[in-house]
Amino acid sequence: MKNFFSSRMGIICVGLVIGLFASLLQYWGNPGNMGICVACFERDIAGAIGMHRAGVVQYIRPEIIGFVLGAMIAAFAAKDFRPRAGSAPVVRFVLGAFAMIGALVFLGCPWRAVLRLAGGDLNAVIGLLGLVVGIGIGTIFFKQGYSLGRSNKTYTSVGLLMPLLMIGLLALAFLYPPIMGEAKSGVLFYSLKGPGAMHAPLLASLGIGLLVGVLAQRSRFCTMGAVRDLLLFKQVHLLSGFLALLVAAFVMNLVLGQFNLGFEGQPVAHTQSLWNFMGMVLAGLCFALAGGCPGRQLFMAGEGDGDASVFVFGMIVGAAFAHNFGLASSPKGVGPHGIAAVFIGLAVCLFIGFTMRKKA
Amino acid sequence: MSEVVDARGLSCPQPVLVMLQKIEAMGSGKVDILVDTETSMENVSRAAGAKGWSVNVVSESDEEYRIELSKG
Repeated sequence: MKNFFSSRMGIICVGLVIGLFASLLQYWGNPGNMGICVACFERDIAGAIGMHRAGVVQYIRPEIIGFVLGAMIAAFAAKDFRPRAGSAPVVRFVLGAFAMIGALVFLGCPWRAVLRLAGGDLNAVIGLLGLVVGIGIGTIFFKQGYSLGRSNKTYTSVGLLMPLLMIGLLALAFLYPPIMGEAKSGVLFYSLKGPGAMHAPLLASLGIGLLVGVLAQRSRFCTMGAVRDLLLFKQVHLLSGFLALLVAAFVMNLVLGQFNLGFEGQPVAHTQSLWNFMGMVLAGLCFALAGGCPGRQLFMAGEGDGDASVFVFGMIVGAAFAHNFGLASSPKGVGPHGIAAVFIGLAVCLFIGFTMRKKA
Repeated sequence: MSEVVDARGLSCPQPVLVMLQKIEAMGSGKVDILVDTETSMENVSRAAGAKGWSVNVVSESDEEYRIELSKG
């Protein structure tokens, strides 16, 4: 049977659905222009379990859990669950960590970059330009033979670990629900103010996460691949899904009164253009070198890819570093050490890109 | 006997990249690409089709696809 979601119309439909529900998630309580942000939400999870103690960004985001579990369900249903691992995991961990750091300098992953644009935040244009440049650098490495090496088929249990971990996080969220006015419930930390305190109802977030997980697994939706395939192969397949997300979120934001054009006063954003740009150069390069945007890494982790799971862990640990070391930006601007972190991250990426090339 | 390119275990975008390098070097003829995920099978098929090559996918097993490409 032909997979409808692998067609052009399929990926456009998936992009439209994601854009529509991202806008609705914001309407139902998620932070401004942050209906879905994979980087921000993984960062919130890191805060909820105390890996960093930035009080305003602590919440077990059910969307992330849904992405992984939805992808797993879709993969099993379509006999597409392929446990595999062993393609330079430590490199993927490091790339994940710096991808997160770059994203937190900009304040958003590629998903949120388009959602910010769809909400009228013009700083996102600068970020998206940075993303394109970062991915463009990555494609040059690929043309020169860059490779993280082959993965190998492995035990089913390896592929199940990330979904099981997500079920564990979900169990914690149910066991220790937020208590009004309390910053802690059981083992979990919660935000009393700031973006971490803003969230759609748990079941709405989880349900939409599951739906997106299913659709994205079947369609291979990838925001980094959208740009990469255009630059590397002149293919617009994935890009059409990415643009569909932008259009759907834009229209929904207009309908829901969530559109506000400008640079200043945008929610969870800063106006330091150079660092909006450079943060996303770093993030884009990391995503390109690791073969997928942060969402795609979650979907691959759900379909059995142990290396993608390692990238996800890298992102979560990177978020902890970002907040513990003052690397993450805030609406006031870049963090005290964010600029240094961007340069270190770029140096690490160049080291990886130049040294991991197969000799022709 | 077709030439064979083994792209099993490679992650995006490498299966498509090695396939394109191969068919561009060949110009025409027959080549088989081996992949081990549905994603790579779809991506390679789509990219080869866009280059005007005819595509025939043979499932070797649950975990492997042989993509037979031919042109001219």
